[in-house]
Amino acid sequence: MRWLNYFRSSNKRSAQTAKERLQVIIAHERQGAGAPDYLPRLQREILEVVRRYAEVSENDVKVEVEREDGYEVLALSVALPEERPHAVR
Amino acid sequence: MSKIIVVTSGKGGVGKTTTSAAVATGLAHRGHKTAVIDFDIGLRNLDLVMGCERRVVYDFVNVIRGEARLNQALIKDKRIDNLYILPASQTRDKDALTREGVQAVLEELDRQGFEFVVCDSPAGIEHGALMALYFADEAFVVTNPEVSSVRDSDRILGILQSRSRRAEEGDEPVREHLIVTRYEPARVHKGDMLSVDDILDILAIPLLGVVPECKSVLQASNAGVPVVLDEVGRAGQAYKDIVGRYLGENIPHRFMQPEKKPLLKRLFG
Repeated sequence: MRWLNYFRSSNKRSAQTAKERLQVIIAHERQGAGAPDYLPRLQREILEVVRRYAEVSENDVKVEVEREDGYEVLALSVALPEERPHAVR
Repeated sequence: MSKIIVVTSGKGGVGKTTTSAAVATGLAHRGHKTAVIDFDIGLRNLDLVMGCERRVVYDFVNVIRGEARLNQALIKDKRIDNLYILPASQTRDKDALTREGVQAVLEELDRQGFEFVVCDSPAGIEHGALMALYFADEAFVVTNPEVSSVRDSDRILGILQSRSRRAEEGDEPVREHLIVTRYEPARVHKGDMLSVDDILDILAIPLLGVVPECKSVLQASNAGVPVVLDEVGRAGQAYKDIVGRYLGENIPHRFMQPEKKPLLKRLFG
């Protein structure tokens, strides 16, 4: 197990690991900063509506706020299940 | 019932999150199903110290508001069985933490068979800190050998004795345990640092353990590995002792005397 050896070996210096971890998480959080708090609820309610028509799971709905040149775009994506071909037309 | 442990201190930067991560990991490592909850709403960091920051999808506040189920928000540790992390949210709305909401989460954890719930308190004595300690059965008070830290710990002890659920309902009081961190026996020996005995004289609560100043604490948080998993470093050993002692084992205190330097180092160091 790699983590067990972490402290023993002359691994990559831990400060380097720390910096990389911080860069990833802070970049991610800055993107989301200022995004409205209601996103999770919005996502849940959209899911409820979609579920009246199709079988989708929680992970099939994605809600994201993207920023482009001073304006914000609310992007919704719903992965619908594959429709089975109708046997009789 | 699951045992609820609050890790608290009043003062910031004394090692609450390091201690929460280490104690929770140590308990789980011993086979006890353990959850560790970050109560620092708006400034979550337990996820970084535990190394699961990229796996956070839902958080404590989402669960309280009914936006996610507890099982969706709990992050299962990849290294240790029986260990789960509930991250704080990054929302600025601190009042999102309601007493009823916290209680509901704790009850659900109990139903799911968690033996220990470790509550990582934010610094200060504001809402988040009060919520973290309200339901506690046990309090691990983390103190540095510094005047400001000792005084703030005393304040927190007062709050535990007046504003916890046990205090309000007149139950048996919260059991208090002292953890002294960043301890440097050599400086104590020289008379430049408060000794454990000095701190015990003032705070008058039982000592659970002394964690010496140790490089491995920073290395561990850099890497996102709870320091208790470091079997070589002295801080890791100290936390392992702390968990053992808390579970009732008779482990003598260590790391309270200056290390004997080798002769050459003593002559030339």
